[in-house]
Amino acid sequence: MAVDQQLNIELGKQGVFVTTIQELYNWGRRSSVWPMQFGLACCAIEMIATTMARYDLARFGAEVFRPSPRQADLMIISGTVTKKMAPQVVRLYNQMAEPRYVIAMGACAISGGPFKQGYNVLKGIDRYIPVDVHIPGCPPRPEALIQAFMTLQKKIDGQHLTGEGRPRHLDAQAQGEFPVPEQGAHDLEPTSNKGVWPVPITIR
Amino acid sequence: MKTVEEIKAAIEAAVPGATVELILNPGPAAEHSLLLGHAGAVPVATFLRDDPALQFDFLSNVSGVDWLDKEMTEKVKVTKPVTKLVDGPEGKIEQTVEETVEETRKRVEPGYLESVYHLYSIALRHGPLVLRMRTANRIDQVAMPSLTPVWRSAEFQEREVFDLYGIVYAGHPDLRRILMWDEFKDHPMRRDYVEPDDFEYEPTAHDAVLKRAHEHKDRDQEVVKGQ
Repeated sequence: MAVDQQLNIELGKQGVFVTTIQELYNWGRRSSVWPMQFGLACCAIEMIATTMARYDLARFGAEVFRPSPRQADLMIISGTVTKKMAPQVVRLYNQMAEPRYVIAMGACAISGGPFKQGYNVLKGIDRYIPVDVHIPGCPPRPEALIQAFMTLQKKIDGQHLTGEGRPRHLDAQAQGEFPVPEQGAHDLEPTSNKGVWPVPITIR
Repeated sequence: MKTVEEIKAAIEAAVPGATVELILNPGPAAEHSLLLGHAGAVPVATFLRDDPALQFDFLSNVSGVDWLDKEMTEKVKVTKPVTKLVDGPEGKIEQTVEETVEETRKRVEPGYLESVYHLYSIALRHGPLVLRMRTANRIDQVAMPSLTPVWRSAEFQEREVFDLYGIVYAGHPDLRRILMWDEFKDHPMRRDYVEPDDFEYEPTAHDAVLKRAHEHKDRDQEVVKGQ
């Protein structure tokens, strides 16, 4: 429940600060999104540049890249996900604690990119794990990654702590573990997680 | 550097029993190569590395080539006895005549797998020398000797050729797949490789993609219904 804005201003003049638990909780979460420290391909270079002084991701509270999935809130899929690497990426995602978010960075991570017609590259990581923000680009500029962060922060801000559409960590029924694909004789098995990625119908 | 012909002669003089064949490159680059027989390949490689006049101490790269079965059509002139009706003094009579006919014959040249080695000499600053080796066929006899014992740098590249083309290098210290996963069965760079059919959404499907999309229509809709 939001506090009436006019009332809030009036109370502020009297030195009283009113907020809701939900706002406070989401403010805390969105202001310290710690990404996981791992890069997959050339997009990782742009991700590194984003954290450095010129673009300074620290302004958004996301400067602490954690080397362990247990301590990370955000997974940036920065680059090409090969079919050989895909099971490891899904396993790392499973090892992250809730609440967790995913940014798919660049053409390869969202769709396979220039390797889409190849045999060895996964055609989008959203086939196996839920992705919160997709950024196009090859590679996306650091500004685009910052834009993705801000989009994610807006998304976190808008989450309700109760009711339908609440974050997974507040929903006891929500699916927490995503099946890790097996490396089969010809391809990954299964080729996608149908619960996360419904097969799109191209023609009707 | 010595010419390829001179190197071939030097090999034949130094390594008895080695079979070396010269393959000419008709292009302007004229980068001729030497085709090695399996039996003497390792001694020949050792000679090329250690000979003071050659000193090929650097193996730059190893590549695989897949040559499919070739169907050759050739026209041959054949002389055959042909029976014909010929006008005679008392009506038509049969007569056997020798006639030359042009016939098209088809011949299948079996395919093979080939690996190509590029050698340079850092010490004498010359190169490249191109070596080739070929397997007997591309189905079951796909072995050839490994040159890793001679040049260490061949190790990963021979593993890559093994992974993508399926050439089995005898004498390789650690022949495992290097790019694809261990459970993978195919050899993706072979020309008859069938890639996995993971068709997916394309907003403006056309031509071949549209044809594939039609083929997948029923399967995809079933999956959507079954959710």
